[in-house]
Amino acid sequence: MTESGRVDGRPVVFSHGFGCDQNMWRSVVPAFEPDHRVVLFDHVGAGRSDLSAWRPARYSSLAGYAADVLDVLDELDLRDAVFVGHSVSAMIGVLAANRDPSRFGGLVMVGPSPRYVDDGDYRGGFTAADIDEMLDSLDSNYLGWSAAMAPAIVGNPDRPELGQELTDSFCRTDPEIARHFARVTFLSDNRDDLPLVTLPTLVLQCREDVIADRPVGEFVHRSIPGSELVVLNATGHCPHLSAPEETTAAILDFTARLGVRQ
Amino acid sequence: MMCGADTQLDPDEPGDGEESAVGSAVVFSSLLEDSAEDLYDTAPCGYLSTLMDGEIAKVNGTLLGWLGYRREELVGARRFTDLLTAAGRLYHETHYAPLLRMHGEARELALDLVAADGRRLPALVTAVVKSSEDGQPLLVRVTVFDARERRSYERELLESKRKAERERERLQRLTSTLQRTLLPDALPDIDGVEVAAHYHAASSDQVGGDFYDLFPLGGDQWGFFLGDVCGKGPEAAVLTSLTRYALRAAAVHDADPSSVLTTLNTVLRQQRRPGAPRFCTVVFGVLEPDGDGFTVVLAGGGHPPALVIRATGEVDVLETPGGQLVGALPHPRFTGNSTRLDPGDVLVLYTDGLTEARRADGTMLEEEGLAEIAAGLAGQRAEAVVKSLVDVLTEWSGEPSDDTAVLAIGHPGAIHPEARC
Repeated sequence: MTESGRVDGRPVVFSHGFGCDQNMWRSVVPAFEPDHRVVLFDHVGAGRSDLSAWRPARYSSLAGYAADVLDVLDELDLRDAVFVGHSVSAMIGVLAANRDPSRFGGLVMVGPSPRYVDDGDYRGGFTAADIDEMLDSLDSNYLGWSAAMAPAIVGNPDRPELGQELTDSFCRTDPEIARHFARVTFLSDNRDDLPLVTLPTLVLQCREDVIADRPVGEFVHRSIPGSELVVLNATGHCPHLSAPEETTAAILDFTARLGVRQ
Repeated sequence: MMCGADTQLDPDEPGDGEESAVGSAVVFSSLLEDSAEDLYDTAPCGYLSTLMDGEIAKVNGTLLGWLGYRREELVGARRFTDLLTAAGRLYHETHYAPLLRMHGEARELALDLVAADGRRLPALVTAVVKSSEDGQPLLVRVTVFDARERRSYERELLESKRKAERERERLQRLTSTLQRTLLPDALPDIDGVEVAAHYHAASSDQVGGDFYDLFPLGGDQWGFFLGDVCGKGPEAAVLTSLTRYALRAAAVHDADPSSVLTTLNTVLRQQRRPGAPRFCTVVFGVLEPDGDGFTVVLAGGGHPPALVIRATGEVDVLETPGGQLVGALPHPRFTGNSTRLDPGDVLVLYTDGLTEARRADGTMLEEEGLAEIAAGLAGQRAEAVVKSLVDVLTEWSGEPSDDTAVLAIGHPGAIHPEARC
């Protein structure tokens, strides 16, 4: 967990998606620091998180990750927090906010998808076979992963001389955990959770996104009462990396308009 | 250009040793490879350049050949992700693209490209970002290596790994089943006595060498034992099984603890084989009601002494001095000892996994340390005593590295001395 910005500012919690870690937000964070309390964290299994905290049963659904988000908010005793979730983390934010909205001031969903697999008239963009194949390709891509990397990722967040190793380990994670997270991410169906959202919500959708394309973002927008949809000129699934200015501006505009809840 | 090469290769050129002939050949070859464009287009790997949004800007002939596309079908018309499978696109967007953006490169990613006719081309893809002088990313340069052979090799490796994992699980199931057959399913109910036990096998792959049992001897007598065979694994399992049955059978014939150990000694020596040492340390005892308490008679062969935690707070160490390792000598000496369990007393037998537990500073608990801890457990019931000892063990060692067995036999009677009549 990393904190920066103004201690008395409105908290903004950035939550990374499947694949990488909190470094994903580095181009976005500086714009928030002058006026906000910025909180970054790694989901268990990613980045510098404690791999020993991972339990297959707890993380067999997104609810386990949502419980972690609530733990983070509780531990820091955050109020009125704006939760910015990318990709699967957007849905994790929905689940956390639905379970206990008291600590949230608003939700920002970057490239969300409540369900990746097509289902009847619903177009998630992928077939179950696509997802299985992706899980297999994870195996191929993690062949070079070495358990020896884990201590460097986990153990020494305070030792700057390990910075290079940490950079090298970016996007690296325990293959077992990654496969598990991928399965949970891409096989979840959270469409029914969307109408239950009671918070002001911003859906950020890229103009073109092969993972969660516009119809999916529009579905999320339609399903969450009162939500806003902003279609970014950016393409791809990671606008906070490919178009950080545009992404930042949209989120700042949203947070500026949020009132302070009593 | 070729005339220059001719000159170099002129056999009549004076002073040409063998070495310079090789040098000439290299120079000649380098002149054949005189076009960077030709090298780009026909290199034995695929080359591809894209704009930052993935749109294909340039592609070499090798990759076009592999994929069966014409240049104009790709350049300016498709994105790199269009050449990937759906699964590959997922991986691209969650790993490859973020890596490129943040690191400026992504190395050795395993992706499948899809050819014009739908065929899959397993490839290893490496990409680097080309930036302008002021650091603005301009385009992405991608090399594509044919990885068909490698991928099938990797699949075999993965399959072997999974198979090894399955085998390991099978071994662990087998081991734990075998382990259970070497320990009593449940300890018997004895009128007026509370018993509790703990068993920890250090390895989930190997049967441990510790054992214990408690069983009726007829009348109102009960036999019990706890011990440790030398070794681990299959040999230890064989020896443990032999020891348990020999002890129980010997006790039926003559329950005197020293003679039970003598019989076990004989049996183990009969089973000796070269290279397979057959001995153990063990405490064997007999429990018998006596007024408002019980008498305990026991004998030990090379085993740490049993303890009695008295209701009064004292700890008696039941030494069995001079007792020798069972199975080691043809005519061993086993020494006996006896005591009485009054209400509130607890008899504790244990293996050295407990006394060899290490504190954080590396020192071992030892028998003295155990006696001190035991003194603090006075007045507790057998089950609580075992739990407290196990807690010490796990608190110190986390996952203890040695097999450990603890057996406690308590006379609950009046737990609080003032409640005694």
